[in-house]
Amino acid sequence: MNALEFIVAGMLAAATPFLLAALGEMVAERAGVLNLGVEGLMALGAVIAFIIVYHGGGHLLGFVAAGLASTALSLVFAVIALGFRANQVAVGLAIGILGQGLSALFGKSYESLTVKGLPKLSLPWLSDIPVIGGLFVEDVVVWLSLAATVAIWAIFAYTKTGLVVRAVGENPKAARALGYPVIAVRFAAVAFGGAFAGFAGAYAAVVYTPLWADGMIAGRGWIAIALVVFGTWLTSRIFLGACLFGAVSLASLAAQTTGLDVSSQLLSSLPYLVTIVVLGIISSNRRLLKLNGVASLGEPFEQ
Amino acid sequence: MSALSRPFLPVLVRREHASLTVKLVAPPVALGLATILNLGLYLLMGRDPVAVFHAMLLEPFLSWASFSEVLLKTGPLLLIAQGLAIGFRAKVFNIGAEGQFILGAIFASAIPIWFPQATGQWIWPSMLVIGALGGALWASLTAFWRVRLNANEILVSLMLALVAAQLLNYLLLGPWKDPNGFNFPQSVMFQFDAMVPILIPGTRVNVSLLVAFAFSLAAWVFMQRSFAGYKLQVGGLAPRAAGYAGFNEGRAIWLSLLIGGFAAGLAGAAEVAGPLGQLQRSISTGYGYAAIIVAYLGGLHPIGIVFSALLMAALYIGGDNAMVSANLPVAAVRVFQGSLLLAYLIAIAFVRYRLEWRHAAHGSAP
Repeated sequence: MNALEFIVAGMLAAATPFLLAALGEMVAERAGVLNLGVEGLMALGAVIAFIIVYHGGGHLLGFVAAGLASTALSLVFAVIALGFRANQVAVGLAIGILGQGLSALFGKSYESLTVKGLPKLSLPWLSDIPVIGGLFVEDVVVWLSLAATVAIWAIFAYTKTGLVVRAVGENPKAARALGYPVIAVRFAAVAFGGAFAGFAGAYAAVVYTPLWADGMIAGRGWIAIALVVFGTWLTSRIFLGACLFGAVSLASLAAQTTGLDVSSQLLSSLPYLVTIVVLGIISSNRRLLKLNGVASLGEPFEQ
Repeated sequence: MSALSRPFLPVLVRREHASLTVKLVAPPVALGLATILNLGLYLLMGRDPVAVFHAMLLEPFLSWASFSEVLLKTGPLLLIAQGLAIGFRAKVFNIGAEGQFILGAIFASAIPIWFPQATGQWIWPSMLVIGALGGALWASLTAFWRVRLNANEILVSLMLALVAAQLLNYLLLGPWKDPNGFNFPQSVMFQFDAMVPILIPGTRVNVSLLVAFAFSLAAWVFMQRSFAGYKLQVGGLAPRAAGYAGFNEGRAIWLSLLIGGFAAGLAGAAEVAGPLGQLQRSISTGYGYAAIIVAYLGGLHPIGIVFSALLMAALYIGGDNAMVSANLPVAAVRVFQGSLLLAYLIAIAFVRYRLEWRHAAHGSAP
């Protein structure tokens, strides 16, 4: 297998934690809520899923429990940021620290232990195509994530639910005047983001690299938040961005295994450096951000 | 609907005046709340909550030996938090202080690593200055990205902190590794003149604590008394008004980030030139993130931050105590820190709001 085939084959799996977390954050931000706690939510989901799978609970239960745990933590965020109208940046940071702390606390006695990942399911015919065939050999969570991506896109493009979420984020006063429960919609959007961050963490810990190490999320939650900006709050672009980051993380892995003479620290920081560069490029296009941005993002709402 | 099916629900109502009393009692209330929650968690984990409480929150203050360690940890937290608070007041969210702290440590270490034979009392002061400049330089990348490229400073500063951690690893595993260090990822031990002089004999507390207090005083003068500080705060509270008044937003962002980076870099330099005496991985233990909590808990006010830095330092020492005496994992400190900030954010909501009990639907009489 050459490097290109390696990257193509693993790209979607590597992209999945970014994709799930970024889609969840996108929904919360579309409703006007900036939740910076994604890294902590992912870390909590990761440890919960790992513990359950390690003790033989199975992957399905692991994912469900991870989703529930991260949803619960995201509701703490919602109560303080939306209920008590606290500064969303500060609450998000605190949730991030708390989630990472809980993750380290619960995972302490599981350090360096491993679990079994998930088998790959391949699509007939397509997986035999040379070079890009690897794209069609993925585990079930990847296929479900792709389905979720399409579903979220369709919800925002075609349904009233999507419209209400956007209205609440764009102009909460007008949405309230039309009779929509702004705070309830925002709570739901934050909870959705929490669940998806939990799934993202679970995927990272029990499927993608099924080995427990403290701090294993390694900034992926923050990159997911950046992805929402890269994707200018659009599902399709966020998907492309997640694939880019999947490819970047695999490229740095491939470079390490081929013995390329680049320091491993430089390769490890590659995703962060790419984030910084792309963030600069996208953000300097102010018109683009203004066109797609969420007008009330991060602002508290008083009924 | 009958009145019975509409229970009284608490509603937040805006106060006419912000309550100073609540502002002052919010931190102790938050500490109490966080303590109760965390002791409950320790109980669930099968630890003796009374023993943990004693080890974590009392012991740091009970002996001079542990209190001096609290003072030692107060220095860096105080410095970083004062710098960050200035930015937070201007609504410039530099959350990558950890990276600026690491760069400060790296820049300062360059002197003793490149000139191991050098002697003289000029060495440690120059290390502090160069470290502070290194931190400011690292923060200037974020400022450039924010001001010129319109990028979100939260994400850029955090990504740069993750890059800084890798840079530290690279140096310690590569060019700066001590050749006689048994392959440990650490630099050579620094010479005597590269060490900040001890302030209190018999302890590890050094002169950098005085530097931190001097910086706090300067921060107070800057924020409460100077026009430049006033402009920053107006920019944070009412960006439009600041714009009409002709206050330059870009300059405020540059200033906030440079001050934050300078202070964090200084703290990093003081760590390698102080308790560590060499550049090593354990330099990065999350002071940069803890300082965010310190800044908020101190009400973003230079005087409040002195107290919150002391409290956070005591939590670190107390956490170490509890690890030894009550077998509590170190991660418990991070859980405590996170829940402390959350409790505080709830408590300060009552500075501007008060609770009123109303019927669920439109407050109609029963």
